Amino acid sequence: MSTPLSWYLILAAALFSIGLFGVLSRKNAIAILLGVELMLNAVNINLVAFWRYLDPAKMTGQVFAIIVFAVAAAEVAVGLALIISVYRSRKTVVADEIDLMKW
Amino acid sequence: MTADQIIFLLCAALILGSALMTVTTRKLIHAALWLVAALFGVAILFAILQAGFLAVVQVVVYIGAIAILFIFAVMLTRRVVLDKGQQTRSNWWIPALLGLLILGGLVFLILGQPDFGRTAVEMPTGVDTLRNLGTALVSPDAFVLPFEVASILLLAALVGAVYIATGNKE
Repeated sequence: MSTPLSWYLILAAALFSIGLFGVLSRKNAIAILLGVELMLNAVNINLVAFWRYLDPAKMTGQVFAIIVFAVAAAEVAVGLALIISVYRSRKTVVADEIDLMKW
Repeated sequence: MTADQIIFLLCAALILGSALMTVTTRKLIHAALWLVAALFGVAILFAILQAGFLAVVQVVVYIGAIAILFIFAVMLTRRVVLDKGQQTRSNWWIPALLGLLILGGLVFLILGQPDFGRTAVEMPTGVDTLRNLGTALVSPDAFVLPFEVASILLLAALVGAVYIATGNKE
């Protein structure tokens, strides 16, 4: 384990930025959720790397990585259900055209 | 350059390349498959970090459940945004600039911390991390409360997803 901690942090930062770019630049609502998944994975890399490099005897990092898994699963289930529901009534998944609640 | 670092760099190249393809490729189904590749790279990273349980959970939950859910959603909503044509906004350079700025700021901050150059502490001998993880998740003086909150969140998401995705209510 001679890899410095900063390498993991920089990898996670890069993955987070790519995910952010995907969320902000894509038109399709499903593609936006794909970007969110990338960002959540970047967070998980950080949590596990800090766990391993700082205090492997305490399980804080791994426990919160598992909670992030649960949150990601919940987010995807509800998000895709919303997209499919909107698709059924409006025949579109383009985020710009879903403006039902626009003032 | 030790073997550890070479494996890490290969893994990082896999993750970042697949992530870039995920956000830029035109066909949505290909984007979902590239996401699977990126998630698999992260699972390898967890294995390198000696978090074997998380590597397995990553494969089972992320690749086995979430990615398949994405592929189903793509198939169910396929014909709207035909895979042809512009998939990104016309002003895509603003998010690109923002991402690069955030990446630059984060890298600057990380490299500015001398403490982050450290290498991993020795894994304490005789410690069963999987047993510790299980105990920590249900022990009252550790993380039982976040654990229960996560289960309630999952239940709420399950009920909500079923309610939203079921069609005509009457």
